[in-house]
Amino acid sequence: MSNKIHVSTKVNGDAVEFLCDPRETLLDVLRDRLNLTGAKEGCGTGDCGACSVTVDGRLICSCLMLGAEAEGKEIGTIEGVAEGGELHPLQRKFIEHAALQCGVCTPGILVAAKNLLEKNPDPTEEQVRYWLAGNLCRCTGYDKIIRAVLDAAEEMRGAA
Amino acid sequence: MKYHTPASFADAAAIAASASGVTRFLAGGTDVLVQMRSDIVMPDDLIDIKHIDGVKDITQNADGSWTLGVAVAGAEMSEHPTLGKDWPGLVEATDLIGSTQVQGRATLVGNLCNGSPAADSVPAQVAAGVTMTVTGPNGDRVAAVEDLPAGPGRLNLEKGEVISAVHIPARGDNAGDAYLRFIPRTEMDIAVVGCGISLRLDGDTITEARVSLGAVAPTVLLVEDCAKAIIGTTLDDAALDALAKAAEAACNPIDDKRGTIEFRTDVAGVLARRAAKIAYARAKGE
Repeated sequence: MSNKIHVSTKVNGDAVEFLCDPRETLLDVLRDRLNLTGAKEGCGTGDCGACSVTVDGRLICSCLMLGAEAEGKEIGTIEGVAEGGELHPLQRKFIEHAALQCGVCTPGILVAAKNLLEKNPDPTEEQVRYWLAGNLCRCTGYDKIIRAVLDAAEEMRGAA
Repeated sequence: MKYHTPASFADAAAIAASASGVTRFLAGGTDVLVQMRSDIVMPDDLIDIKHIDGVKDITQNADGSWTLGVAVAGAEMSEHPTLGKDWPGLVEATDLIGSTQVQGRATLVGNLCNGSPAADSVPAQVAAGVTMTVTGPNGDRVAAVEDLPAGPGRLNLEKGEVISAVHIPARGDNAGDAYLRFIPRTEMDIAVVGCGISLRLDGDTITEARVSLGAVAPTVLLVEDCAKAIIGTTLDDAALDALAKAAEAACNPIDDKRGTIEFRTDVAGVLARRAAKIAYARAKGE
């Protein structure tokens, strides 16, 4: 019995259509139907933040939203963070500060940090730490991530 | 699973009323999707109420009261320019739930309907005197938040009933609220004890109070003895002692890995004292 739902949405500015089962999460759709595998499944229950994306500019866990709910929304994923071949300042700073090791949490953290800097270009260290509290990293100990975000924020303020 | 997107609460209630299997309503989904993923609940009918007009609106009415749509997310409450000035305790309690990502979706109504006695926003809702419009197959009724939880994971809602609007009273003058919880870390944890307090002053004297405790009984409690302990006082040491004693007496907690019965009972008194002081200072405009 086919029970597929037709969904029209936008992903990183591009119009996208897909068919999905009503039980599929937005994360399932991104990874398995749209081949956007940047968002990772860590826990699948909203605890780890590895699947972070934006929906209409709001940071969410894509594992906690159904694909069917994406109808008419604008989705932002890690694939839309770099502009062409040019890395986003956050991405460059993560490399410079060695703010990643295994890299599984990194796409989610970059999406979350970019969303923070769009709302608050000059966050305190405490604000960065609270904002990213829902993004778990088991490699870095977080300190390099926080330094990289603060450094990128400073560079972006200078460039603006 | 059938995914429904009704255009009105009457339609949502009708779908739920005629459903024969497991039914869930979907707003933020931060509990429902976890239950689906964990194979705890797989609904036969999932009713997404976000296509109904007004569910994302935060409205202050002419009398100063507030009406919130049932899909307003925690982050939208925190970012609102004036809601948090009227009801800082309620907004802060909601903001304690989960991560930034969870705040982007999670709702007050979902926090209530998940039925956890440890839900952070619920003691703050009860203290604030929040009421809900409940739409059912036979029309609408209004229910106080404290009357809705029936036990862990259970609510006093009939088949086909759905919460369709959130009503927060007018704050009025010389009043303040606060919510505090104890967790063993600084973020991202479930309350071991929570306490919400709202009060009003005439000069230095408390004239109205509502005190609510979470995670110390099968449901969130509205503790009238706590209110009685501080009404008519200036929140002096004797009143604070009486408040703490009444809070401890109201506790009927479980022993679990988060806290023992003795610990939870003791912390309930401590949090009641501290939350009362914050609410009092806010009522004084400090």
